[in-house]
Amino acid sequence: MYRVTISRIAFPTLAILGVLLLFTGGRRVYADGIPVIEITAKRFAFSPDKLTLKKGQTVKLRIHSEDVTHGFFLRPLKLDEEIPAGQTTEVVVTPQTAGTFMPICDHFCGANHGNMNMTIVVE
Amino acid sequence: MNQNDRRSFLKIAGSSLGIGVLYSAFPAASSAGEVGSLFSALGKSSGERVTPFSFVQLSDAHVGFNGPPDPLGTKAFERAVDMINALPQRPDLVLFTGDLTHDTEDRQVHVQRMKQFQEISKKINAPMIKCVPGEHDAGLDNGALYREFFGESYYSFDHRGVHFVALDNVSRAKPEVGTEQLAWLKKDLARFPKTAPIVVFTHRPLFDLRPDWEWFTSDGDDVMNVLSPYDNVTVLYGHIHRDDEHATGAVHHYAARSLIFAFPDPNGVAGPRKPLLFDKDHPFKNLGIRRVAFNGKPQPGATSLSIEDVELTAREFRGINGVQQLLRSPQV
Repeated sequence: MYRVTISRIAFPTLAILGVLLLFTGGRRVYADGIPVIEITAKRFAFSPDKLTLKKGQTVKLRIHSEDVTHGFFLRPLKLDEEIPAGQTTEVVVTPQTAGTFMPICDHFCGANHGNMNMTIVVE
Repeated sequence: MNQNDRRSFLKIAGSSLGIGVLYSAFPAASSAGEVGSLFSALGKSSGERVTPFSFVQLSDAHVGFNGPPDPLGTKAFERAVDMINALPQRPDLVLFTGDLTHDTEDRQVHVQRMKQFQEISKKINAPMIKCVPGEHDAGLDNGALYREFFGESYYSFDHRGVHFVALDNVSRAKPEVGTEQLAWLKKDLARFPKTAPIVVFTHRPLFDLRPDWEWFTSDGDDVMNVLSPYDNVTVLYGHIHRDDEHATGAVHHYAARSLIFAFPDPNGVAGPRKPLLFDKDHPFKNLGIRRVAFNGKPQPGATSLSIEDVELTAREFRGINGVQQLLRSPQV
C-alpha cells in the first residue's frame, strides 16, 4: 500500500518535472535573476548534449565533472574552462551571435576524448 | 643583401617518399658573395655551416590503435619505414610529429606500445630520429611515460646550420604550450639573427585551423609572436591526419598525413569530426605520398615549395589491389 501511494504521487510529479526540465533545458532561476544551466561532464559526453540560448541573454553555466578533469572550450563564445575531477566550474556567458556552436572538451580525458562535444544553439 | 636573398636562404624540396614528407634543405645560392657571407654568419650562430641535406617527417602512427577506421594496425607505419629505407638518398634525420602511440589507461600496455614504436622506428635507416609527443602519448600522464622513453618533450638542436625546435603542445593535457616553454623558446632563439633558418616541429597546429575539432593551440599566437621576427621559419606538425598548408606572415605551416587513418577536409564538414572510412580495396588511401619540390624561384616568405600529394594506392603495387597487397614485399 505504501509503495502504491508513493508511486501514485511520485511518478506524476517526476513526469511533470521531467517535462519542465525538458522545455527549460535543465535551467532554474537564481535569486539574482540569472538563469543557471546545469551541465554534467563525464567521459566522453556532456549532458545535456544540446542547449538553446537566447542571443543577448546572460546565463550561468554550472559544469560538473563526474569523473576526471575535463575542459569546456568554445572559441566563438570565448569559453575556455577547466572542470577539475569531481568539481563544478561556473561561467557566465552572454551570447552575442546567433548560430549553432559546438563546445568541446579540450582537456585530454581518454581514448574517445576527441568525440566529447555538445551543441549550443543561440537563437 | 636584398630581402629575397635572405628569405630564400632555406629552401625545402622533396622527392618521392610514399608516406610522410621528405624535405631537403639547401642554400638558395652559391656560397660566394653576400649569400655566402650570410651562410658563414649563420654557421657561426648555430655552430655549423649550412650544407645541403634532407630529412623526413612522419606523424601519427598511433601504435596500438586497431579499429574500424584502420584495422591494419602498424602496417602503414612499417610500410613507411620500408619506403624511407629504399630512398636513393638517405635522410639525415626523421622528425616524428606526435601520436607515436595510441593512449591507454593501462600503463603496462602503454609501455608495450612505446616499445613497439621504438622497435619499428629503429629500423629506419637514418642516423637521427627526433620526436615530439602527441596528446595520445602524453595527455593522460602529463608526458611522464613519454619522457621515460624519449627524453624531454621540448628541446632544440642544430643540424648543418639549420636550427630545429621541438615544441610540446600536448603534455599539459590542454592544447597549449604554456608560459614556461614560451620563456624557454624566447631564450633559445635569442642567439640567432633574424635570417636564421628555423624549423619548428610540433603536434598540434599553432594556429586556429578548426578549433571545434581541437585543431588549434590556445597560446599559438604567443608562439607566433616569438617566431615572427625571424624570416625563415617553417612549422611542421601532425594531429590533423591530413595534409595542409598555411601561412602566418612569413611563417609557413605544413601538416603531414597520418600513418593510421585520415580525417576529412574540415571545410566540407559542419559537425563533429569523423575519420574517413577504411577502404579495403585501397588500404592506404589518404595516407599517401606528398612530393615536395623547390620550384627554383625565390619568393617572399620563408620557403618556396611545390607540393604534390599522391595517394599511396595500388600504383605502388602495380596492379594488385586490396589488403592482400600488404602481404607482399614493398616495391619501392
